[in-house]
Amino acid sequence: MNATKKVVAELMFDEHEVIHQLKHYLPSQNPLKDFVHHNTLHAFQHLKFHEGIQQASETFGYQVYLPLQDFRRLYAEGRISAAVLDRVAVERKGQATLADWRHRLLEKDYDTTGAQRVGKLRPLWKEYYHVNMDKEVHPTLFRLLGAYLDQGVATHAFPVQADSFLGSVRALERHSFQGIFSSKQVKELLFDERVTISQLLKVLLWDERLFEQYLFDQQFAHPGWSGMASVLEDNPVSLLDQRPMSLSDLIFVELLLEIDVLTSKLDGAWEPLGRRFEGQLPPVISKPQERELFEVYRIWQEAYEWTYYDQVLLGMQQAAGKRQAPEAPSFQAIMCIDDRICSIRRYVEQGDPACQTFGTAGFFSVPFFFQPEQGKFYTKSCPAPMTPKYLVREREARLRHEKVSHFSDHAHGFFSGWLAAQTVGLWSAVQMVKNIFVPSESKFMVSSFRHMDAHGKLDFVCEHGDMQADGLQYGFTYEEMAQMAQTLLGSIGLVERFAPLVYVVGHGASSINNTHYAGYECGACSGRPGSVNARVTAQMLNMPQVRALLAEKGIMIPEQTRFLAALHDTTRDEIEYYDEEQLGGAHAALHTEKKRVFVRALEQNAKERARRFQLTDHKQDAEQVHKEVKKRSMSLFEPRPEWNHATNALCLVGRRENNKALFLDRRAFLNSYDYAIDPNGDYLLGILNAAAPVCGGINLEYYFSKVDNGRLGAGSKLPHNVMGLIGVANGMDGDLRTGLPKQMLDIHDPIRLMLTVEHFPEVVLDTIQRNPGTYEWFANEWVNLLVIHPIDKTLYRFQDGAFHAYEPLLDKLPVVRDVDAFIEESRENLPVSLID
Amino acid sequence: MAIENNYFLLSFVLLPLAALFLTLLTHRSRELRMSQPAFAAVALQFALTVGFVGYWAQQGFPKINVQELALYESDSYKFLVDFYFDRVTAVYMLVGSFITMLILRFSKYYMHLESGYKRFFATVLFFFAGYNVTVMAGNFETLFLGWEMIGISSFLLIAFYRERYLPVRNAVKVFSVYRIGDVGILMAMWASHHLWHENISFLKLQNYELVHEHLMAHSWVGIFISVALLVAALVKSAQFPFSYWLPRAMEGPTPSSAIFYGSLSVHFGVFLLLRTSPFWEQQLSVRILIGLLGALTALIAFFITRVQSTVKTQIAYASITQIGIMFIEVALGWESLALFHFAGNAFLRTYQLLTSPSMVSYKIRDQFYHFAPRRRSGQGWLGKLENSLYMLSLREWNLEWLVNRAIFNPFKTFGHKLDFLTPANVLRVFLPAYMIGVVAFLYRHLLPEQLLHALPLVFTAMGLLLVFKAFSEKEHPSMALLSVLMNHFWVVLAVSFNEAVDQSHFLFYLSGVVPAAALGLYCLKMLKREEPKWYGLHHYYGNAVDHPQLSWVFFVAILGLMGFPITPSFVGEDLIFSHIHSDQYALAFMSASGFVVSGIALVRIYARLFLGVNAKRTVGTCLRSA
Repeated sequence: MNATKKVVAELMFDEHEVIHQLKHYLPSQNPLKDFVHHNTLHAFQHLKFHEGIQQASETFGYQVYLPLQDFRRLYAEGRISAAVLDRVAVERKGQATLADWRHRLLEKDYDTTGAQRVGKLRPLWKEYYHVNMDKEVHPTLFRLLGAYLDQGVATHAFPVQADSFLGSVRALERHSFQGIFSSKQVKELLFDERVTISQLLKVLLWDERLFEQYLFDQQFAHPGWSGMASVLEDNPVSLLDQRPMSLSDLIFVELLLEIDVLTSKLDGAWEPLGRRFEGQLPPVISKPQERELFEVYRIWQEAYEWTYYDQVLLGMQQAAGKRQAPEAPSFQAIMCIDDRICSIRRYVEQGDPACQTFGTAGFFSVPFFFQPEQGKFYTKSCPAPMTPKYLVREREARLRHEKVSHFSDHAHGFFSGWLAAQTVGLWSAVQMVKNIFVPSESKFMVSSFRHMDAHGKLDFVCEHGDMQADGLQYGFTYEEMAQMAQTLLGSIGLVERFAPLVYVVGHGASSINNTHYAGYECGACSGRPGSVNARVTAQMLNMPQVRALLAEKGIMIPEQTRFLAALHDTTRDEIEYYDEEQLGGAHAALHTEKKRVFVRALEQNAKERARRFQLTDHKQDAEQVHKEVKKRSMSLFEPRPEWNHATNALCLVGRRENNKALFLDRRAFLNSYDYAIDPNGDYLLGILNAAAPVCGGINLEYYFSKVDNGRLGAGSKLPHNVMGLIGVANGMDGDLRTGLPKQMLDIHDPIRLMLTVEHFPEVVLDTIQRNPGTYEWFANEWVNLLVIHPIDKTLYRFQDGAFHAYEPLLDKLPVVRDVDAFIEESRENLPVSLID
Repeated sequence: MAIENNYFLLSFVLLPLAALFLTLLTHRSRELRMSQPAFAAVALQFALTVGFVGYWAQQGFPKINVQELALYESDSYKFLVDFYFDRVTAVYMLVGSFITMLILRFSKYYMHLESGYKRFFATVLFFFAGYNVTVMAGNFETLFLGWEMIGISSFLLIAFYRERYLPVRNAVKVFSVYRIGDVGILMAMWASHHLWHENISFLKLQNYELVHEHLMAHSWVGIFISVALLVAALVKSAQFPFSYWLPRAMEGPTPSSAIFYGSLSVHFGVFLLLRTSPFWEQQLSVRILIGLLGALTALIAFFITRVQSTVKTQIAYASITQIGIMFIEVALGWESLALFHFAGNAFLRTYQLLTSPSMVSYKIRDQFYHFAPRRRSGQGWLGKLENSLYMLSLREWNLEWLVNRAIFNPFKTFGHKLDFLTPANVLRVFLPAYMIGVVAFLYRHLLPEQLLHALPLVFTAMGLLLVFKAFSEKEHPSMALLSVLMNHFWVVLAVSFNEAVDQSHFLFYLSGVVPAAALGLYCLKMLKREEPKWYGLHHYYGNAVDHPQLSWVFFVAILGLMGFPITPSFVGEDLIFSHIHSDQYALAFMSASGFVVSGIALVRIYARLFLGVNAKRTVGTCLRSA
């Protein structure tokens, strides 16, 4: 053994380093219940966008731009502007070669079939020995993993549990007549706890120079399962029923399965691949070469993006100053930054021009874990990367879960199944007719309003700092609450002119038959509805103790101001208010009046959304459209309960009055921010630290899932099969599918996010450099950053580490007089317009 | 009354076909133009069925038999399309049209913007037409017609996502198993032809005395036919040992899995047994066999169900368990219970499949509020037994391995014996051989008696060997196609020896397969010219992406070549079988096998050339495991 160790030590192959690399490049998507959007190609984010995705493409065979013919079609349809295309081509290639590049862009034939470095070595088993490794190993491996990680589909759970996956496999093999492996040699390797991955690779390959490539080939033949193993290794609490898992255990078992296949199929008549393979392999990950095709893609992509950005930027210049913030707002509403909230805010403002709305990340700067009454676990209520120290508990609440007989384990039994078929079975016929012809609420739908009981109580005040459980503090001290409140109010610029009634509106979503339901909820609340955060925020802001502390910090909330929490369901366009009964006389009357504004706004919002639902008649009266939109959310057959973040393209950080007159077609994340009270950019830094990864992550997940739905997206969701409640796959023996299904993307345009900040460029430059993680997003252009000067409205584009003035090519935008008529015009993207 | 019934029953087949026709004529972007007529047609049919069943009930549940039309008629032979309506038909019609109606309505929205929208609706309608033909069939010929339609539509729906590897591989796999069942039906048809000396109608099978009398005289034939039917039933209903195909068929859009494998298609085995029960229920040994196989399946499938960690495979095995129990019910003669059980199981599994994505949020929520740690197996030998059962079930009791070893691997082994044949030399070997055969035929009066008996067998064996060659061919698609064609010729030659067969029968038979083969070879030539690098049988090449029309034409060609009911060869097939004598079991078996395996071989050629991940491209394709 020592000898082997010595040999391994001398090798160029570093097992831990390669596994670390693999973990870096594998998809890092959580189990379904914790689905949150992130940059699919985060592993390449240390490189410039175009360079990084080219490397990704050449390494793993991803399609990273739209197909060339699609760009050309968009150009022919006028959706990519000729002027912008020329400008981009000249910027990148110079004026002299423009004609030449035009030819390349528009006419020249290219071989677009692509290539990849991963997957070159392992298929040699088939060539040399007629052994199709994937075919032989995948079914057993996937089934083993699926059975082990299963969270409750199977009625007979994985029968053993040791402290690791490998340990469990060992225990099962040792303690069973029917084994996983057939050859004696492999069993010995399995039971010998000193054996390492390197040694197994030695058996299979002999030549150490091939090890790294082989592991990449092997793991990227099923990136879904490997990615899941890697995610669970780093984040085991993502499974309610915990299973110790690690990527190296998976690799170890897979290598054993491979040796087992060779041994049993070839009866010993094989030798390691390295003995036969004499070729040279380039490093798996290496810097891409300049290639003309990619340059063509880049120019197209930039032209596609800037055709749109240009309209928006001109619009921002022209809209600035067209509206003023009301002197004495009738009411105020703090809502989520989410792009789906963009239009509802417009309608609320339209319904009551004297009101004022704000956008901020929907956890309202109050991070905590939430434990519903009867709940056996905690659920995180803040952006996924944060780890809160606080626990908020619910009490006096109803149970919001009812059993459904169709999902009962009994339906799968022998006698009980026989009984079920005769009873529940016939009842299913009735259920089906009901669900298909008159969709209505059912027990197995996901409803955002069930997350928290509106009539329950929340415990979130920590009277003594020593109340703790599981390392979490029960609730917040007043000082902590005041601190959070200051962050919230300061960052959105609401520090004076408080209205008598301020709504704090979180959001969530409802759907049925939707495995990706968590992705539809509030991203700032880790894929949960924002109701608890909204309610805690409103309640704390109403507390005299908190207000007194806030006053010391310079934020004076008038006594007559009341905060009221609400939850907006973005799928159904419904709203639920919390603690209304605590409003007294005048406030209650005001609330009753303003509720009507919300009711109308929700109907109009539903109508605007419905124009993208092709099977809904969006030209009907808004109330009627709203009914149909609600019905969608309860329809079993509706794979698109809502469009979620599709079409997202912008994130505007600045005062609302400067973009209020701009029609952005639900494509913008809107974060309120007042540069005047933040001269050093301290609040701005907080906003960007959250907005860049959250909005940028959403945007890029949509981008990559759209351009390569086969490998970076989940494909069509229509055939998906639920695997162990943690993921989806196609059919019985498919790999887990990561990314977004096609049905979330049909109307999405894959362009990068443009984030604009209203501030002085030098302040912004200073601010973004303070956090290297945030800076990387902008510096490497995974998010395009622009600054609009708050006084003279000059635009600055951030490029190569500096701000450069930008002059829009367009000089005129369409003007919309009647938004209601405008949205009926088309089912496609509407042009950026000025609202008269 | 007879005339009215006639129209009613015929309309049940024509309605879906009319909707199918409309769908095929509609441009693929006009979604509602396809889904609305489809739904309307099936909804109308459901209403008509309900009305008809009511009317029929008022008449006192008579058993209705109507002869619709004779597809072929000569002195010695008639191919009749014959419809029959009784209790079993009524229940299957009601459940079938009800579920299909719901599924079509469901899919109108569910399939929105899916690129195969048109294909989906066309295939479901085609399936439904086949379903109706099968459940209303009044004789074996008609039943087989519907049976074949279901087989092909099944293949098309499993391979719906044809640009991915797994659906295509599984579609070929399921189709192959299905064809094994077809051997059963063909053998049953052949033997019963000789038992009754006519194309017996199912109505006549109701005649107890008649059946009894024939069975007394030929008890072994009775068992033979029953077992052949049972094999077909076992395959179609995924019973032991064929169960493994059902979970693998869950590759299409969920509603298609629901209608096919959750509810309708998978209960055809039960249907076949119920339909033919007057024939086998007098044979105790057969009833015991049916009951035992049902019980064995139910038990095994129950254990496999328990370990499934994916929702759809769990539903599949749970359904197989229940169908196993239905087999027991059928064997016991509890027809009503079996029908009731069928309806309940069909509804339950359809609903479970349609709501299967909801399982995630529901179960996670359930766990969130009611978590209890899972039970693990104990120590000692009992725990070891439990673990073994778990592992065995996780491996699906090695059923696939078993079937491969028993059936498909021998095909390959035989086929590889002809590996020396290439398109270049095949004619040089087989033309002379065939010429010798023809000469032998012409001078058959000079040949000794023993040789006359042996020659047909030898020729059929030659044909079968060629089919195995087609099945295992790795290099040359045209070689495989030619081998299948040559099999048809060998069969004709073999049958010629039997008696003074009307030569026109042969012409009738070959008139379908020869043009189909010519068309197929032409397609192959075109494809080879266009895609020389992506042509062969080693991999799946996915050429349908770039050559959709060629793919479609080639598919029609192979359907013709495999004797699918679009050319006269379908009738010819049956016709040829009628010439095989009742004592020529081996000849009948080999011809049937040749027929069935050539279907598999042809679908394999089609799948490898046109379906699967496009081999030309790297970017924009799916991984094999996806």
